[in-house]
Amino acid sequence: MTTRLTPFSYRTTLAGLAALTLAGASPLAAAATIGIMAPLSGPQAIVGQDQVDGFMLAVEQLGGKLGGQSANVLKEDDQLKPEIGGQIVRKFIDKDKVDAIVGLSFSNVLMASLPRIVESGTVAIATNAGPSPLAGAGCKANVFSTAWQNDGAAEAMGKFAQDKGLKKVYLMAPNYQAGKDMLTGFKRYFKGQIVDEVYTQVNQPDYSAELAQLQSARPDAVFVFYPGGMGVNFIKQMSQAGLMAKVPLYSVFTVDGTTLPGLRDAAVGSVSGAMWDAALDTPENRKFVADFERKYKRTPSEYAATAYDAAHILNIALGKAKAGDAKALAVAVKAAGSEFKSVRGTFAFNNNNLPVQNYYAFETIKSGSNVVGKLVATPLTKQTDAYHAQCALK
Amino acid sequence: MNSTIVFAQLLNGLQYGVLLFLLAAGLTLVFGIMSFVNLAHGSLYMMGAYFAATAFQYTGSFGLAVLAAMLGSLLLGLALEFVAVARLYRRDHLDHVLATFGLVLFFNELVRIIWGSQPVFLQVPEFLSSAINIGGFSYPAYRFAIIVVGLVVAVGSWLLINKTRVGMLIRAGAVNPAMVAALGVNIRLLNATLFAVGAMLAGLAGAMAGPILSVQSGMGESVLITTLVVIVIGGIGSVTGALYAALIVGIVDTMGRVFLPFMLRQVTERSFADAAGPALASMLVYLLMAVVLAWRPQGLFPANR
Repeated sequence: MTTRLTPFSYRTTLAGLAALTLAGASPLAAAATIGIMAPLSGPQAIVGQDQVDGFMLAVEQLGGKLGGQSANVLKEDDQLKPEIGGQIVRKFIDKDKVDAIVGLSFSNVLMASLPRIVESGTVAIATNAGPSPLAGAGCKANVFSTAWQNDGAAEAMGKFAQDKGLKKVYLMAPNYQAGKDMLTGFKRYFKGQIVDEVYTQVNQPDYSAELAQLQSARPDAVFVFYPGGMGVNFIKQMSQAGLMAKVPLYSVFTVDGTTLPGLRDAAVGSVSGAMWDAALDTPENRKFVADFERKYKRTPSEYAATAYDAAHILNIALGKAKAGDAKALAVAVKAAGSEFKSVRGTFAFNNNNLPVQNYYAFETIKSGSNVVGKLVATPLTKQTDAYHAQCALK
Repeated sequence: MNSTIVFAQLLNGLQYGVLLFLLAAGLTLVFGIMSFVNLAHGSLYMMGAYFAATAFQYTGSFGLAVLAAMLGSLLLGLALEFVAVARLYRRDHLDHVLATFGLVLFFNELVRIIWGSQPVFLQVPEFLSSAINIGGFSYPAYRFAIIVVGLVVAVGSWLLINKTRVGMLIRAGAVNPAMVAALGVNIRLLNATLFAVGAMLAGLAGAMAGPILSVQSGMGESVLITTLVVIVIGGIGSVTGALYAALIVGIVDTMGRVFLPFMLRQVTERSFADAAGPALASMLVYLLMAVVLAWRPQGLFPANR
């Protein structure tokens, strides 16, 4: 092989390819393509479905357009598997040539998909995760989160317990990274005594043994992180053991729109830390919740809210940035963070592209025949996460 | 660690064991007598919970909900036997595993299409919703109900197998199906009945577990694995063995979860004990199974034939 690509021919080839691509894309030139990746099967399917539905609701409200261009939304199921997430992201970027990727699943899938996203410069908005590496030294200019830094809600509950003057708190979580992170977040703001820190098996169905230990420890409150079905199991069993009245239950990502249909009265009296709840009384949120309930016949969860917000951010950003310019779009998305009206009230992107937002405490109460959240406190106002100082971005 | 706690934890172990037995009884019969590996047994359990939740939603009666779960899964078991399982008896175990694993995926998606991804609601009946006080310890009354139901099923299935004509045919069919058929017994019908009864017991387990667990797609998988451990320890095909093994597994698992992290803390650093304790506890029943397999491969209480 003696023929080599000279810089000149290389450039010509590239230009030719670019022209071909443009020619191929021209009939769709006024369309914005968005790829949503979320877990849409398996036990966590409801978390992914809420993100898709929240995003699609916003697109529908905007007349099927984002930033004035007709929106073409592609959906893919990552099955909560990092390797599949990585494949989907490559497909979105290389084959579908999406303008932005939304969703990005749980922290483990997000981290596995990150290299290709960063390399391509494609704008990505996570609506379900904000792992600490991404918030700190590993922050990226084109990767955003409209959700939370993972510790945020737990920090709020720690602050809430501290403000209440509790002396002894009992902590419980599943035995994996997120469980440990949540308890760390709680302890960052709670300075009282930790009676015990119990890690249970992931997807454990029965908590009777742990509940008996909890009962004998007699703490002022118990703080738990049990997402999805684990939370339904835990709270039902705690309520049946007659413990809800004896030990106040504080939780994060445990009592929300995804689990309340299975919990109902069992969750009444518990307090949840979150940056959003259907009960938040802002005009944007009232409209969002009403429209979501009308369209999908269920109450949205925080996962629907973050995706709904992501669509509104993209709507503003795509209206400003030139089509196909990923760098300009990233800048526009960052600016749009402080311009759009979030359903959660105050919102902006921090230097690390993670949210600056309030974290609230919601008590689960009975209202007529429904079980709903009620805002009882705002432990953290305009909270910035603990890692943003390590991020080199401005 | 006082004696009340130990007693309460024993009770927890007993209750967990009884719930496992409800599942294991059906599975061990089908596995041991028909030599059919049924991974979809967990799906029948899940369907039982969904049937119960739906019936509860319409009638508001827990008794009717349990009845609907049993009837529903009995019929589902019959249909499943007729459509899929009957074609597989003559194939080898790998085909059974493949086909029934497909059924697991099928049922998981089916419930999502019918009932949605969110967990559905099933409540403890009013008269069992209180907690009973045992020496200053409150224990849910409903858990006692599970123990009672499990023991009734244990006695009932023992009587069925050892004291009735059907039971005799079932035992005979297990040893030599060709001979039983030659004597004029419809072995085909016998198998279908047995499979359906196993399904009904799984449905009953699902209905009983529904009020304490999250009724959702995929709820059958984790419990199926533990159930397989139970029937291996108990001896495949032995209902009595399933009962003893279920109680052993229930108590070992519960005690391990409570006392292992506690004991580790006495000998190692706190942070290590917190991380290793739950991990070791979750391995405990599998270690037990490995020991039993090495020492008595036929199980602790094999069926007498």
